[in-house]
Amino acid sequence: MPNFWTDPIGFLTQWLTALLIGWGVAPEVVNFSLSLLGAIVLPLMAMLFVIFLIWYERKLYGRMQDRLGPNRVGPWGIFQTFADMGKIFTKEVITPTGVDLVPYNLAPILAVGSVLMAWSVMPLSVNIVGVNLSVGLLLVIAAGGFGELGIMMAGWGSNNKYALLGGFRAVALLISYEIPMVIAMLIPAMLAGSLNLTEIVANQDVPFILMAPVAALIFFITQVAETARAPFDLTEAESEIVAGVNIEYSGLKFGMFYVGEFLHAFTASMLFATLFLGGYRGPFVEQFPLIGIVYLLIKTFFVYFFSILFRGGLPRFRIDQMLNLNWKILAPLSLAMVFITALVDKTAVQLIGGQLDSTMLLVVRTVLLLAVNGVVFWVVTRLMEINIKPARRVVSGARPVATPGVSQQSPEDPQVPQEPQVPGEVSA
Amino acid sequence: MAPLQIVFLILGLATIISAVMVVTARRIMHAALWLVLTLLGVAALFATLENGFFTAVQVVVYVGAIAILIIFAVMLTRRDLQDTPQQSNPNSGIVAVIALAVTGGLIYGLSTWQNFSASRSAMMTNAAAEGERIVDLGLALVSPDAFAIPFEVASVLLIGALIGAIYVASGQRE
Repeated sequence: MPNFWTDPIGFLTQWLTALLIGWGVAPEVVNFSLSLLGAIVLPLMAMLFVIFLIWYERKLYGRMQDRLGPNRVGPWGIFQTFADMGKIFTKEVITPTGVDLVPYNLAPILAVGSVLMAWSVMPLSVNIVGVNLSVGLLLVIAAGGFGELGIMMAGWGSNNKYALLGGFRAVALLISYEIPMVIAMLIPAMLAGSLNLTEIVANQDVPFILMAPVAALIFFITQVAETARAPFDLTEAESEIVAGVNIEYSGLKFGMFYVGEFLHAFTASMLFATLFLGGYRGPFVEQFPLIGIVYLLIKTFFVYFFSILFRGGLPRFRIDQMLNLNWKILAPLSLAMVFITALVDKTAVQLIGGQLDSTMLLVVRTVLLLAVNGVVFWVVTRLMEINIKPARRVVSGARPVATPGVSQQSPEDPQVPQEPQVPGEVSA
Repeated sequence: MAPLQIVFLILGLATIISAVMVVTARRIMHAALWLVLTLLGVAALFATLENGFFTAVQVVVYVGAIAILIIFAVMLTRRDLQDTPQQSNPNSGIVAVIALAVTGGLIYGLSTWQNFSASRSAMMTNAAAEGERIVDLGLALVSPDAFAIPFEVASVLLIGALIGAIYVASGQRE
């Protein structure tokens, strides 16, 4: 029997199997029910974790806006979310007339389910992982596709023009930003030589953020965009389209979208920590795998903190700015980074791989990739400065009607020739 | 019958039913959503055959990209999303003949394959671990004696489509 401290999941599995077989349950049923138990417990823990996340984010967001944040229910307002949950659970479940029932009701489920799907392959520690899938990274990307589908269905099924507009915007945003995100995810996969998330973590002797900082930056920006939060929250711009796709939802169904958003932000941060910060790795992880979860959570909260700073510190993009950033900067840059990383890394390994021992080779590769990334970053920022477009330009001079002189003109000759006055110019 | 076979048959049946619903649904938007279910059914069939790679690729490419694109196109080109256009196409007879011919050809072609009646477990035993199979697939896509040329031809076709789309979208120029 495995030791609990070195293999907690194996210990629990063996213990439960022995217990159930002792009760006279058939072995196939035991296997099935243990898988089912795992499939229920892991998402349940993730969803319960959201209770804490909501409080954490509201508190931090409040501080950034010079407020206290939730501070009434319990110490530091830590039970505020429970009060909100009680409120949202007791609300009436409303189905507006004219909605398309199946898409309308399926959308909130997909919004949460797509995020939880990513948890099934997330390595929480050395041997604590839902499924050790060889194509784990692809599954995470596939899960994002379900999220888009859910938003589309919510937008269409709600039978509301603002919901539909929000859906259009959301899908334009999500599909566009998926491209640089997937390409940026390719770089850690390439450096680790695997699509398996557990192996990607296991091969990170140096955190990949040192080997691919530009890819990490692209991934960070795109993951914020994928969660559709500020500064990319034009999908639910209150002043333009009321609330986007969730306008017709209330009570528990709205709560599902809300939980899905917070969980998505956290899961994306966890993915960043897994891909670029070494995941669960840290001292004594091999001896005590449970510590790995703590390391992963610390790293994840570090990233999550930055995405909250991002959210609180930047104003909302316009849709053309958002698309320009994606298609003119992030997508070409990520493609170039894949090309450059492959070229530099493989050349280094081929040329000097035979002469150095593995530690030195790793150091040389890291320094080389870091230097190349620095050069690329410098070149890109220079190019952006050179090609910067004036954010505002004077479209035309002031029209005659708007000048003070016109209102004093006599009505019989309205065609007074007027010098167009350009605001920036000093008039003679 | 093994439990997995029953699951496979149920999934296959669901896929076929939703495929029929794609062509018979009255609303165009419903047809698009049924199409998503059909593509998901195919992904689930891949999953029951224990091929995680094709499951994930099917979901990423078809559900994540193509189905969303179709729904997007339907939403943008229809003035009234509730419309119920004419169901029957005048060419449906020819289409039926072609579809039957393609299906018959596929079944005939597969039945001459030597592994057609082999059981799944017999085929699984000599298959490599999935991670190695992906590496093999990737190498085959870039090696000159395997699929390098079809792969490049497909990418040229896609670039042509991209340039064409940009030309169409940018409007007529003199």
